[in-house]
Amino acid sequence: MSANQRLNLREKYQKFTRDLAWEPSYQKKSDIFPQTDFEGIHIHDWDKWEDPFRLTVDAYWKYQAEKEKKLYSIIDAFAQNNGQLNVTDARYINALKLFLTGVSPLEYAAHRGFAMAGRQFGGVGPQVSCQMQSIDELRHVQTQIHTISHYNKYFNGFHDWQHMHDRVWYLSVPKSFFDDAMSAGPFEFVTAISFSFEYVLTNLLFMPFMSGAAFNGDMATVTFGFSAQSDESRHMTLGLEVIKFMLEQDERNVPIVQKWIDKWFWRGYRLLALVSMMMDYMLPKRVMSWKEAWEMYFEQNGGALFEDLARYGIRMPKYWEVTVKEKERLSHEVWSTFYNYDHAAAFHSWVPDEAEMQWLTTKYPHTFDQYYRPRFEHWQSQTDKGERWYNNTLPMLCQTCQIPMVFTEPDDPTTTCYRSSDYKGEKYHFCSDGCKDIFDDEPEKYVQAWLPVHQIYQGNCGGASVPEVLEWYHLRDGEDNKDYLYSQDRANWLKWKGLTEEAERTLKAVVNG
Amino acid sequence: MTIEIKTTSVEPLRHTFDNVARRLGADKPASRYLEAMYDLQPTANFHYRPYWDPDHALYDTGRTRIEMTDWYVFKDPRQFYYGTWTMARAKQQDAAERNFAFVEKRNLADTLESAWREKAARLLVPLRHLEYAANMNNCYVAAYGYGTAITQAAMFVGIDRLGIAQYLSRIGLMLDGGSAESLDAAKQDWMQAPVWQPLRRLAEDLMVTRDWFELLVAQDFVLDGILYPLVYDRFDRVLEQHSGSTISMLTEFMNEWFTETSRWVDMTLKTAAAESDANKAQLEQWMGHWVDRVAEALTPVAVEMLGSDAGAVMDELQTALAQRATKKCGLHVGEPAPAMAS
Amino acid sequence: MVNKNNNVYIALQNNEESRPLIEAIEHDNSDARVEFYPAMVKIDAPGRLVIRRETVEDLIGRDWDPQEIHINLISLSGNVIEDEDQFGLERAN
Repeated sequence: MSANQRLNLREKYQKFTRDLAWEPSYQKKSDIFPQTDFEGIHIHDWDKWEDPFRLTVDAYWKYQAEKEKKLYSIIDAFAQNNGQLNVTDARYINALKLFLTGVSPLEYAAHRGFAMAGRQFGGVGPQVSCQMQSIDELRHVQTQIHTISHYNKYFNGFHDWQHMHDRVWYLSVPKSFFDDAMSAGPFEFVTAISFSFEYVLTNLLFMPFMSGAAFNGDMATVTFGFSAQSDESRHMTLGLEVIKFMLEQDERNVPIVQKWIDKWFWRGYRLLALVSMMMDYMLPKRVMSWKEAWEMYFEQNGGALFEDLARYGIRMPKYWEVTVKEKERLSHEVWSTFYNYDHAAAFHSWVPDEAEMQWLTTKYPHTFDQYYRPRFEHWQSQTDKGERWYNNTLPMLCQTCQIPMVFTEPDDPTTTCYRSSDYKGEKYHFCSDGCKDIFDDEPEKYVQAWLPVHQIYQGNCGGASVPEVLEWYHLRDGEDNKDYLYSQDRANWLKWKGLTEEAERTLKAVVNG
Repeated sequence: MTIEIKTTSVEPLRHTFDNVARRLGADKPASRYLEAMYDLQPTANFHYRPYWDPDHALYDTGRTRIEMTDWYVFKDPRQFYYGTWTMARAKQQDAAERNFAFVEKRNLADTLESAWREKAARLLVPLRHLEYAANMNNCYVAAYGYGTAITQAAMFVGIDRLGIAQYLSRIGLMLDGGSAESLDAAKQDWMQAPVWQPLRRLAEDLMVTRDWFELLVAQDFVLDGILYPLVYDRFDRVLEQHSGSTISMLTEFMNEWFTETSRWVDMTLKTAAAESDANKAQLEQWMGHWVDRVAEALTPVAVEMLGSDAGAVMDELQTALAQRATKKCGLHVGEPAPAMAS
Repeated sequence: MVNKNNNVYIALQNNEESRPLIEAIEHDNSDARVEFYPAMVKIDAPGRLVIRRETVEDLIGRDWDPQEIHINLISLSGNVIEDEDQFGLERAN
């Protein structure tokens, strides 16, 4: 056997993947792959697919097992040493609550969605890439559960995360995002998740958040986060490849792909509003502001990406300039909303302390002192008087992104942005032009949305009163919800840290409040 | 300020997640398998009907005729979640890697008598295409099945089958000196040689089977249940007689894999059958149908592999499968089932 | 965007295994800019960035398969170039 006969990495990988399939003759190809046509994407030659990574299954097992061994040894050590006590402050844990109830279920959805795409694409190249991603996403949800399992033993808000994901009002934002992608066809799904979300936006979720976890002493979360990111790199290249493949196959694909990029950029950006608040308000020690992260990962890096795609006739996603206008207000508007409705949320909110407000002033010189600081100071003064304020009026939700209508006009941070459309005699409301456009393009899809506030009013959520709805959510009133200041979490934290007197004062307040 | 942490005061508030506690009947520490398996799949309040299947919700129990009151009574006896699965496979691939390296280093493939080397390549390598179909079929179960208990295990099997297809490809490269000629010849045979056509037809028929549970029965129980013993045990014995254990070293992974995975398949069918008479009857009907198809499709291959012993061996393997169905799954196959007659 | 933006980057976990990789990148990419974040290192370069197998092997004194990069990789941006001798990123424009 002479060595020069050997196949190189690329040839070998092709033999080991795409060469496995065959042109069927006993069944019609369109019956084996019934979903390849209906989205209007034209594919002439699946063999033109460029494999983004060339990991054979045995190499995959080898490297992934190595990553898993490292990760689980850290998770074990974390639990054995009560690592939760090493985080900077128990307020930090609330970011993890939002993560487990809002993000981990999306990892699961991605697992199933990529299994669907992995079965439906007509070429082995994308089938294998999608299947590998499917199994990676299962890894992510499971390592997240295993990491956070320890936190669940010591803190409230984690205990029924999947039940909550299917029901709680703000969790319909991430849930509807993935339902939307999965209920589309395989090409739109992969454009939505692999390209618009993973490639363009996911760095904003993982990189600053995981660096934030490191900064706040949460080594377990850093480890699962960065370990997951090592898979994400493969996923991002899949996203870029799928886009280039569609664009190169047929020029009729270009406007369809552009429309999906526009739609999913905006959907993803609205979803990340939750992340903006995690970064600016929920990390006791901050790594970078939302604004800085948006500049670094979207404006600079995303800009380079879209310049790269310009040769195919693809432009920057529609309304990207609105995101730049919103970057100085997004996190403040969202955190304020949760401060308003925290009695119905499974994590705690708080007014930032003076040092934190100072940081926000520095990071947001054009907006924070002008618009948001006075609001927080007012809320603080009410709390000082023993009248912590909660908003008992249910908010109107955007029909598309399902976030309460709290965002302001692109050119006026003092006026709430309202848009609406009429469809079959009904009026539908939106938070932005981006969300309205998405609805107008597929109204028959978005009228189906399971809008939590509508569902409460229709009596589908356990009853008409807040306690009844909370019970239906499996949200424990007085434990999972309301201000951090009077929370059991805080009382326990102080007790564990040896600050017994303050802990007792807090516990009394829990009982009184 | 340094604070002394009195570890005794750090008592847990709860021991597991509520959904797990509800299923265990008490709040007690739960295994990693259970915490990362139970209830992962959403069950309620879906937002939009799928464009590709408007008659069903995104996740829907109506995509199979099998009915369960609780889709989480299924358990994987191996307790595989991603971590345990991938670590188990890494260990096996490490052993496989050593075997391939051993064969390569000592040029063992060259020492095979050329007629038998050619025969091994001709009859093993086309199976990589069948493994690809198995990959697609298990991926289908993972995509459209109901409940993480079954779907995650199916996804593991799906990736395993791609791995096995790749091991078979490597065997081809080992036998043809790295030229890939054996892979090309095998593809041609798979497409045209009469001996492979019934099997290819079966593979294509499986890829259009819409009921995911039926597909699981047909692929993972019936087809694999006859194919694996035929190829990796009976044919392997023949190869060993004529050319030593070189090929067995290269297919050790498949043998081990089949024994291990059968435990999950058996437990899955047993659980579904135990749920109701209707399920049991449906499973038996599917088995009866697919056993005939599989026997018909594999017989020409068995003749090539085993010559005049083929008929007797195929009968034995079908009897063994029927016994496995009865003993491990509580199902009657291969003869008119009493439940059906009554 | 006035200047042509053709930046690529790679982010690695900041640990012992990444150290020779970072060194190899600095050695082979004179334009690379290395920035350290909590637990992470991000390396940017204009247009193109490569990690060469040979350079890494010289630094660690053993065989190194470019696919080993997966173990400590956090993120990247650019088109991937991958073969037996290198792992790299580049922009088409």
